[in-house]
Amino acid sequence: MGKHIRTINKRGLTRRKEVACGECQTSCQSACKTSCTVGNQVCLKEKKN
Amino acid sequence: MIHCFSVRGTRLVLDAHSQMLHEVDELVWALLCGGFTESGEAVRALGARYPAAEIAAALAEIEELRAQELLFAPDPHAGYEPPPPQVKALCLNVAHHCNLACRYCFAGAPETGEQLMTPEVARRAVDFLVTRSGGRRHVEIDFFGGEPLLNFPVIAETVAYARTRAAAAGKEVGFTVTTNGLLLTPEVRRFLLANRVNVVLSLDGRPEVHDRLRCTAGGRGSYRTVLPRIRQFVSDWEAWDGPRGYYYLRGTFTRHNLDFADDFRYLVGLGFTNISLEPVVALPDADYALREEDLPRVHREYERLADIYLELVRENAAVRFFHFELDLDEGSCLPKRLSGCGAGHAYLAVDAGGDLYPCHQFIGRREFVLGSVFAGELRSDLVESFRHAHVYSKEGCTDCWAKFLCSGGCHAHAVLESGSLLRPSRLGCATMRSRLQAALYVQAVNRMNS
Repeated sequence: MGKHIRTINKRGLTRRKEVACGECQTSCQSACKTSCTVGNQVCLKEKKN
Repeated sequence: MIHCFSVRGTRLVLDAHSQMLHEVDELVWALLCGGFTESGEAVRALGARYPAAEIAAALAEIEELRAQELLFAPDPHAGYEPPPPQVKALCLNVAHHCNLACRYCFAGAPETGEQLMTPEVARRAVDFLVTRSGGRRHVEIDFFGGEPLLNFPVIAETVAYARTRAAAAGKEVGFTVTTNGLLLTPEVRRFLLANRVNVVLSLDGRPEVHDRLRCTAGGRGSYRTVLPRIRQFVSDWEAWDGPRGYYYLRGTFTRHNLDFADDFRYLVGLGFTNISLEPVVALPDADYALREEDLPRVHREYERLADIYLELVRENAAVRFFHFELDLDEGSCLPKRLSGCGAGHAYLAVDAGGDLYPCHQFIGRREFVLGSVFAGELRSDLVESFRHAHVYSKEGCTDCWAKFLCSGGCHAHAVLESGSLLRPSRLGCATMRSRLQAALYVQAVNRMNS
C-alpha cells in the first residue's frame, strides 16, 4: 500500500482470465431477472479450490 | 482504461481491464483526472498546491501499479471470439397465466390465451437441457411465468425427473422459482425448502408502491394478501434445519418510486434480509417507464441506497442488497464476464407449448423462436447473432469502464429500446453504471473498515 494510493481488492481479474469452466450460475437466472449482472456471480471453481 | 469517481468524498479509481479498485488521495486524483504522466508537466500544473517531491512520489506509485498491470492494464481479450454454443440453463414458462395482473409485466397475455405447460413438454425440456449441456456439470432450471405455482404439479414432477436425468448423466441441477407468493401453501413451502429450490419473491416495497402496479385482475392492490404468505415462507426458510436454496425478495422500481432506497429500508424493517430491486423494463410511452430526465435522480438514489445499506449492515450483518454483492476477489472469470447472461446460446427459455426463445423476455415474440424442445435443430442465425452480441461488438461497450461488470447489458432491453441486439439501452446503461458505482463504493467502504 502506497502513501497516496490504497488498493482495495487483492487480485482482480489478473489470475482469472482463462478459467472458463462454465459452471457458475447463469447471471439472469438469479435474483435479478431482467438485468444482466455478472460482477456479483460467484466462481464455483475457485470456491472449491 | 480507468474510471475515476467519487462518492461521499471517497475518491475511487477502477481499472476496467484488471478490475482492481483503488482509493486515492487528492493529489493522485488530480494527476489521474488531469491525465498527467510526466513529472515536469505535473509540477507546472499542480506545483502551487503540492510540493514537487510529493508529486514525483505520487507519480511513482501510479507507475508502479501500471507496471504491475493493476492500473492502465491492457485490454485482456481484444479479438475476442465467443465459445461454441452450449446450453447451461433453461427457463421454463410453466404457466403463461397469472393470478395477478401487474401493470408492468412484460409477459402480457399470449394471443393463444392462457397456457399451462404439460408434464410431457417439461420432460422434453429437461431432456433437451441434459443432452445439450455437453460436459457442463452444473445445469439450471428456472420456473417462471406468469405465475409458475399455478402449475405446481408440473414443477414437482419436473424437479424429480430432472434430478434423476441429471444424476444419470453425472450432472447436478439447480432450481429457481420466481413467484408472486399467492400460492405459497404449506405443501408448496415444504416442497421448495426440502428440494433446495432457490426462491425469488416479488414484493416491490412500501404498500402504496407495491399496490400501484402489482394488482389483481380487478385492479385492487395485492400487498395485504401476498405479504403474510411471503413472510411465512421466509420464516420457514429461516427455521429450516438442513440444506436449502437461497431466497431473495425482488422488487421493481419505476419512475413512480424514484425514492426506492426507502423501499429497501422498508423491506429490511419488515425483517427481510435478502433484497433485490430492479429498474423496470418498459416501453417509453408507459407512465411508469424511467425517462432520460430521471437518470440524475436514479444516480443520487443509488448513492442514498448505499448509505442506507451501510447503516443497516452495521446493525445486522445478514442484510444483503443483491446488486451490491460484488465479489472483487472471487467473482466471475473473464470469459464469464464476456459471455454475460448467455441468452440465445447458453440460457434459453421454453414457452408452455415447448417452443424455445433466447430468454424469458422474448417469449411470445414469434420472430425470436429458436426452435422447439421436440425438434433437434435451433435456428443457427439467431443463435449466432446472440452469441456474437458481446462487449466487443456492442455499440459503446468497448470504451465503457463497466463492460466487465455488466457484460453488455440485457439483450431484451436493447431490442426493446433500440430494435438492435448490438445497441444497448441507453437508460439501462446509465442505470447500471450508477448502480455499479454505488456497489464499488460499498465494497470499498466495507474493506477499508475491516
